[in-house]
Amino acid sequence: MATQHSRSAARLMMAPAVVLLLGWMLVPLIMTLTFSFKQYLPLRGGDLGWVGFDNYVRFVSSSAFWPSVVATLTIVGGVLIITVVLGILLAILLNQPMWGQGIVRILVIAPFFVMPTVSALVWKNMFMDPVNGLFAHLWKFFGAEPVAWLSEASMPSIVMIVSWQWLPFATLILLTAIQSLDSEQLEAAEMDGAPPIKRFGYIILPHLGRAITIVILIQTIFLLAVFAEIFVTTGGAFGTRTLTYLIYQRVLESQNVGLGSAGGVYAIILANIVAIFLMRIVGKNLDA
Amino acid sequence: MSRITTLCTATAMALVMSGGAFAENLVIATVNNGDMIRMQGLTQDFTDKTGHTVEWVTLEENVLRQRVTTDIAAKGGSFDIMTIGMYETPIWGANGWLVPLDDFSAEYDVDDILPAMRGGLSHDGTLYAAPFYGESSMIMYRTDLMEAAGLEMPTAPTWQFIREAAAAMTDRDADINGICLRGKAGWGEGGAFITVTANSFGARWFDEEWNAQFDQPEWKEALTFFTEMMSESGPTGYATNGFNENLNLFQQGKCGMWIDATVAASFVTNPNDSTVADSVGFALAPNAEGVEKRANWLWAWALAIPAGTQKEDAAKEFIEWATSKEYIELVAANEGWANVPPGARTSLYENPNYKEVPFAQMTLDSILAADPSNPTVKPVPYVGIQFAAIPEFAGIATEVSQEFSAVYAGQQTVEEALAKAQALTNDAMEAAGYR
Repeated sequence: MATQHSRSAARLMMAPAVVLLLGWMLVPLIMTLTFSFKQYLPLRGGDLGWVGFDNYVRFVSSSAFWPSVVATLTIVGGVLIITVVLGILLAILLNQPMWGQGIVRILVIAPFFVMPTVSALVWKNMFMDPVNGLFAHLWKFFGAEPVAWLSEASMPSIVMIVSWQWLPFATLILLTAIQSLDSEQLEAAEMDGAPPIKRFGYIILPHLGRAITIVILIQTIFLLAVFAEIFVTTGGAFGTRTLTYLIYQRVLESQNVGLGSAGGVYAIILANIVAIFLMRIVGKNLDA
Repeated sequence: MSRITTLCTATAMALVMSGGAFAENLVIATVNNGDMIRMQGLTQDFTDKTGHTVEWVTLEENVLRQRVTTDIAAKGGSFDIMTIGMYETPIWGANGWLVPLDDFSAEYDVDDILPAMRGGLSHDGTLYAAPFYGESSMIMYRTDLMEAAGLEMPTAPTWQFIREAAAAMTDRDADINGICLRGKAGWGEGGAFITVTANSFGARWFDEEWNAQFDQPEWKEALTFFTEMMSESGPTGYATNGFNENLNLFQQGKCGMWIDATVAASFVTNPNDSTVADSVGFALAPNAEGVEKRANWLWAWALAIPAGTQKEDAAKEFIEWATSKEYIELVAANEGWANVPPGARTSLYENPNYKEVPFAQMTLDSILAADPSNPTVKPVPYVGIQFAAIPEFAGIATEVSQEFSAVYAGQQTVEEALAKAQALTNDAMEAAGYR
């Protein structure tokens, strides 16, 4: 049992870490909040004073705001559906005994280690380029007109690129979960005459519930901030301007720190709403 | 100690101290392109001459722009010299953020700097940055394809000729597009190109009261012309093509014509990189029939001194060295005439050695045809050709160019894009207090 002294000593020793962590989070947050109430234009003399909620009103009333929220949620939703569904299928596949299993697994996981900028460039120039890209050659081989992916199907293209990057993460988590499944349970179901679909629906899927929740929660946090892929491929054009991208444009291209900070605060609020929503709906699985 | 010894000691100390005060260490922020990297390699020459040492902070273009802007706006004082472009210089000069460069020595010969460059790097007639190198835009075309099409490129063609020639050179089965142009969103990419195209149709961004002009017929004509020509003869997916994408296409022999930065001339004529190196011709950027302004822009990477630096004199010495005639000769002696920084000085284009470089004359003619103080047919309240030198422009033009790129991709009509551009530009200008 800890004595009064040892508890005080523990607090004292933990203090630097706590202060550091608090400062790490609080300083940027407070600065964002402060700037969001100011007219702060670096190229026009910097701090031009307090403006109340002007920046907040201007940010949401701009014609770019709602499309950017929709774009953000489309990317998050699209990528989550693709990675979870394909992740489950790949996890089941990789769990089967096969020749060269180790190498296959490494190949499947590999995309996760490629930097987002690099993978976006590779997809843009080597696959999706309508003149030199692999897809264009494939389309031409079958006598079809090449598709200008990034301009004609910009959103699906970006969802595809981001999904490709995040699929390994989902697969890895789900594969680990599948491997922890008791094989006797499956054998028993098989002996009782349960067909594969039912075995999947009643045994495997419920067992994966917790892993799926983790995949959705972690990916959502990161996907809300997708940036490099859009920057490299479409530059925010063709309806792919997400909330993060809009904030970047406001702060760095328009040099309006106040307006961008207000956008940043909205992004924090949006992320929290999404997180609470997810926690309520799917987070229950974590208690089970 | 005798009086003489004291005097000697005092003199020696004064000399040492004054020497110490003069030998500075300059911190210079610069962009990571070939000419600047070359300058870093030659810095020893400057140190030998002046005793000052130099510390380089080399950054990628976008990062540099953000870094120096933040530093100068927040008065960070991290740099003694900054590499900036024609967009920043007049804005920063007007804000009093830069040291005026109006007292260079006679040998420096400030009048030798091309007038267009001086104009673009000045505010109210005062030079605030010295051009290290400059560029305009021009037509680069395939002489073999032009000949096969039975046409001859005039030195100063019109858009109508370009459109006909592009259609004649297009051969979709052989993967040859008549013309490759920038359609990529971004103020410095497609935004820059459509702006100069619009200028050459008589359009402008703002009238003298800073009202957006996208509701005027010239803009509609320019954008419609561009979109139609590109759908007839441009590459698939040009809505996402910028400088690099078009450079690749041209080097692979997939473009009949390409209108872009004069600096690209050395890349498309270099046999190590280009499959069509020996059949490239050059011509002035086009204009619409009856319009005097051509679709050529003007840009310079220039060196400037942030106001408030403690090392102003040494910084000026460096800028004099790096942008002087002697520096050009130093590079020529070390690396050959084709590699000297182009587009800044008149004397370079009078040099018989440089005249042998195939694209030298057309680069000069293009630069001379560009006038940043008077960029459009109708009067405008701004300086700059492919941009308006106001702080809000980069943000506005990026959004406008996104609307235009959506037209190129067939996602909206020219009218819709222009209406959106008009509304968002006026909103931003109102918010910034111009209207």
